[in-house]
Amino acid sequence: MKKLILILSMLLPLAATANEGMALDKAPINAANQASLQRGAKYFVNYCLNCHSASSMRYNRLRDIGLTDDQIKANLLFAAEKVGEPMSVAMNKKEAKAWFGATPPDLSVIARSRGADWLYTYLRGFYRDDTRPTGWNNVAFDKVGMPHVLWQLQGEQHLKVEETTDAHGNKVESHTLVLAKPGKLSPGEYDIMVADLVNYLTFMAEPAKLQRMQLGLIVLLFLAIFFVIARALKQEYWKDVH
Amino acid sequence: MQKYLTCALNWVDERFPLTANWKAHLSEYYAPKNFNFWYYFGSLAILVLVIQIVSGIFLTMNYKPDADLAFASVEYIMRDVSWGWLIRYMHSTGASMFFVVVYLHMFRGLLYGSYRNPRELIWLFGVGIFLALMGEAFFGYLLPWGQMSYWGAQVIINLFTSIPFIGPDISLWLRGDYMVSDATLNRFFAFHVIALPLVLLGLIAAHIIALHEVGSNNPDGIEIKKLKDPVTHIPLDGIPFHPYYTVKDIMGVAVFLMVFSVIVFFTPEMGGYFLEANNFIPADPLKTPPHIAPVWYFTPYYSILRAVPPLFNSQFPGVVAMGLSVVAFAFLPWLDRSPVKSIRYRGSKYKAWLTAFVISFLILGYLGTEPSNVWGQFDAGMPVLGGADRATVAARVLTVVYFLFFVLMPWYTKNDKTKPVPERVTG
Repeated sequence: MKKLILILSMLLPLAATANEGMALDKAPINAANQASLQRGAKYFVNYCLNCHSASSMRYNRLRDIGLTDDQIKANLLFAAEKVGEPMSVAMNKKEAKAWFGATPPDLSVIARSRGADWLYTYLRGFYRDDTRPTGWNNVAFDKVGMPHVLWQLQGEQHLKVEETTDAHGNKVESHTLVLAKPGKLSPGEYDIMVADLVNYLTFMAEPAKLQRMQLGLIVLLFLAIFFVIARALKQEYWKDVH
Repeated sequence: MQKYLTCALNWVDERFPLTANWKAHLSEYYAPKNFNFWYYFGSLAILVLVIQIVSGIFLTMNYKPDADLAFASVEYIMRDVSWGWLIRYMHSTGASMFFVVVYLHMFRGLLYGSYRNPRELIWLFGVGIFLALMGEAFFGYLLPWGQMSYWGAQVIINLFTSIPFIGPDISLWLRGDYMVSDATLNRFFAFHVIALPLVLLGLIAAHIIALHEVGSNNPDGIEIKKLKDPVTHIPLDGIPFHPYYTVKDIMGVAVFLMVFSVIVFFTPEMGGYFLEANNFIPADPLKTPPHIAPVWYFTPYYSILRAVPPLFNSQFPGVVAMGLSVVAFAFLPWLDRSPVKSIRYRGSKYKAWLTAFVISFLILGYLGTEPSNVWGQFDAGMPVLGGADRATVAARVLTVVYFLFFVLMPWYTKNDKTKPVPERVTG
């Protein structure tokens, strides 16, 4: 058995997620924090759900983060009539492509393809770039088609490029984001807001995750007891072989 | 009550060999009493097969084999179908665990010479099962219709294009279109849910019938049928499969299910190896992902494909090498010339070659998941290797080791210093 565990652990090397060579900031999210998830849902519906759909997500699934149907109806249901409907958008896909250069992707499982850390870095990584048609660029997604939707909250950042020479005499470019024009939120408040949003996106990518882990504990407990009984049965039978 | 049951059983036995089959395959099938850890994986492979068939049936009830609907229907299963997420994760984890179990089962064969006379046909049916399983996994992987599904299928089908003269027509015929499309998805669905499962079941039945005809090998690699009780004609070192190995395998099942459940419930993506992040992006024929890698269980062969340099601008030699690397297993019964079967009595030469083979297989497997520049390049100033990708050079060396394990086997097994084999099984 030890060998099997050893072999399995060898199959489990370094967790690999593509980050295009950029260091990502760790997203401070917590799937058990319902207040954060509810705030995230509010930000999502208000800021994202105009261009991006989440067509696999039904509004009433928000019951999983502690909201009632009435609360959902009163506060979050702008683009649909019934709580059982999926989160779709009215924007025409062809027009969206003409405006932004690419159709805004559906965000149902974006946290599973991009990862929470990427989203957290991306949503805080917009900076002013006059060479882009929207006037915005992003450190995590170069030449992104999406403008900085949250700019009134974050303010305007600039990318400071410094060229230094390292010990080997090679030129190294370092990039830092500088807040040039403050927004309505302080940088700390903005980080918390983005964390809430990313927390929600992560929940939305797999709403059954908490249930999955809770059930897993029960299943493992059952299997542990089952193993003890199975082992006792085996030993009882094998007494006459050895 | 007992009387009625006996009566019913007699009624059946007069019309169908129920008791006879029960005895032949379970209660009077005598297996060696010294099976160890490596002998759990045959029954576990059957368990995973059952998990895959049952979870697959329930997935089919809600999955839509249609290029416009497939991706969303998988998410529908994950969210709106009762326990759909559990069914889907069992199936996706089962796919990878099938290969884990089958690879360990095959390794057992290499350890104890289970492919040797008189078990050549068992081994050949097994190689057939392995090929069918690879096909089954490949066809199934297209069905979620994510980016990796799509481009993985595109890459594999394009391999056939490199076959001289008829290649392009073959890949067109396989796809049913000029690119991977709805037509491809539909036929892959048909292959995955009915064609290959039927082939697999047939081969597995043949595998087990052949096994029960000649009897199981064991960690000592000696034939227990040579020494039988003079009165009962039962092998002296044999014990009835049922109840001894049924109760032992149930214990193995409990341990396996714990490992399986840890993955299903706590880390179903397995760090991107069982479910790839890119496969949560819907298939887009216009956008090629920067790095296309097959799922982990195909990566050793994929590494061999990449390692073989093109000839006259054709990838065909690599494709042939990849094919041979899988088919090579079928020749083992005739390549191995050792007087003993089990590694316990083999000499150092076989042990060294087997170790080299396993290490090659694992490193090739790792390299297949990464881009070929993963280890950087050799310094430009170096002779011969200057500027070459380190990983590519390593994969080439390991590919040679992989094939030498098979090609040189008649010599290193024949000249090896073996130990005397005991009369009766040990331990």
